[in-house]
Amino acid sequence: METLYSITVGTLTACSVFLILRGRSFPIVIGLTMLSYAVNLFLFSTGRLVIDQLPIVGVSETSTDPLPQALVLTAIVIGFAMTAYSIILAVRVRGEIGSDEVNDYNFAEQEGQR
Amino acid sequence: MFAKHLIILPLLVPMLAALLQLLPWGERAQQHRRTIGIVAATLNLGLALWLFAVAQDEIIVYALGSWQAPFGIVLVADKLATLMVLLTAVLALPVLVFACHGEDSLGSHFQALYQFQILGIMGAFLTGDLFNLFVFFEVLLISSYALLMHGGGKTKLRATLHYVVLNLTGSAIFLISLGVLYGITGTLNMADMAGKVAALTGDEAVIARAGGLLLFIVFALKAALLPLYFWLPQAYASTTGTVAALFAIMTKVGIYAIIRVYTMIFGPDAGVAAQLGQDWLWWLGLATILMGALGILGSRDLRLVIAYLVLVSVGTMLTTLSMGHSDAISALLFYLVHSTLVTAALFLLADLIAEQRGKTASRIVKGRRMAQHNLLAAMFFVAALTVIGIPPLSGFVSKLFILEAARTGAQVAFLWPLILGATFLMMIALSRAGSRMFWHTLDGKANDVSHPRWQHGSTVALLVGAVALTVFANDVSAYMEATATQLTTPTEYISAVLGNGGTDE
Repeated sequence: METLYSITVGTLTACSVFLILRGRSFPIVIGLTMLSYAVNLFLFSTGRLVIDQLPIVGVSETSTDPLPQALVLTAIVIGFAMTAYSIILAVRVRGEIGSDEVNDYNFAEQEGQR
Repeated sequence: MFAKHLIILPLLVPMLAALLQLLPWGERAQQHRRTIGIVAATLNLGLALWLFAVAQDEIIVYALGSWQAPFGIVLVADKLATLMVLLTAVLALPVLVFACHGEDSLGSHFQALYQFQILGIMGAFLTGDLFNLFVFFEVLLISSYALLMHGGGKTKLRATLHYVVLNLTGSAIFLISLGVLYGITGTLNMADMAGKVAALTGDEAVIARAGGLLLFIVFALKAALLPLYFWLPQAYASTTGTVAALFAIMTKVGIYAIIRVYTMIFGPDAGVAAQLGQDWLWWLGLATILMGALGILGSRDLRLVIAYLVLVSVGTMLTTLSMGHSDAISALLFYLVHSTLVTAALFLLADLIAEQRGKTASRIVKGRRMAQHNLLAAMFFVAALTVIGIPPLSGFVSKLFILEAARTGAQVAFLWPLILGATFLMMIALSRAGSRMFWHTLDGKANDVSHPRWQHGSTVALLVGAVALTVFANDVSAYMEATATQLTTPTEYISAVLGNGGTDE
């Protein structure tokens, strides 16, 4: 189970890094979303992978760590809001600048002039 | 009753103010929002002073919801945290007063976002829990995303997109490193983690080192250290003056986090993971100074010059930190306060200059005379002298402390030429900017845009703060030394957090 889990997280991260390094805003946003999935999965595994256990001490012999679940929940909420924001921002940039190129060379020449 | 909950009030005041400001206030809504904002900022300044005074004698620990450390989240006010909170409050009030004269109406909800930003910054300084630090980082980032594009326009949008993508990636790395550290140590409380990391051996210590270095990447991104600073000049130069001035404290949040984590968790006593970031900090810090200085010389716009000044100050501080002994840390803290105040003043000043010059804005070219030409020229002169470090102003004193902190031959051989060389380049660039903008003016009528006294007043207030640092240099440096001693002996902090567990609800 650990092997499968780590391969999943690794693949997600690798794909997201590839997408984030692209030059257009749409793949970047998709990449960021995938990265946040990978991170959430990873955070979830930090309490060690356990099956069929309650996150409550004392009910059964062994228990699973409840804290990573709380952390993942926080990370999901923040990640979701950030994804929504970055999509809106990417759309605004596309609308105002007329291109979804993240580094527009024509634009770079005007740098330093407000 | 208040005294017991004092430490959480600097967080509650901006939060409540922001929530109030978001209410629909009907006609003249902006007036009400401004009043709330100013009242909250003033109140917060008072609270920060009070907290500062209380934390002189002891480290205050506050367990949120009475969940005791290391299981619950604690707020901790030691000397460093209260110093940073006070600095934020001192910065926030004049900048807000400045913003209330028009700049806050360029887009919607500036006032509420401003308060949320303060909330995030204060929280990052006060928290004693790493995951809570992440949450407060997000709070300050979310508001900074919106503030950065306040007023709109293509340049700002472009800079904001870069900033958002970089910081979202940074947040993901932050979470990964927290996961690694939690997986190994089983705690997120900084004081508790310090003890756990020190006891690690073998493979676990290696993984903890990896987690610690990932954390370093995140903080270096926030602080704008060399390979991760490319977002800063564009973002700071394109946004409005008030936002840039407030952001003068943002890079310091990264520096604060580096100081906190790398003196306590990965400090000298941390066993295998000891002194984790030191070598990186030294070389990257020096390289940041160099690149910043070159950037200053190559900029054709005053705002860009100031943005690169921020970079030089970041490089200087982190290089100083890597020397590690308590004199270096106290020099660094002195420089931190100085550079925050003076860069904020310069950003506000650049805004005034750009508006009064009209079409040429803040570009360093010949332009028309300004309506309040002499006043602005005098303020620019003082600010430039301070930031360059000409005696007798605070820049000189703080740079002197830093140069003195270099002890071994190798440190002196690298640090002195770079800092003095950067100072020289700053002097050239700022005198060129000043003479082009204030002396080589076009003949004919001056521009008629002028600014109210309040806006000059708030810029002057920040400069006065920088001058006061010189006047009270002795007291200030004594305080910084006490802070540095507290930082280099983290056992005091650790036992305060883990020992009594703090006051209850």
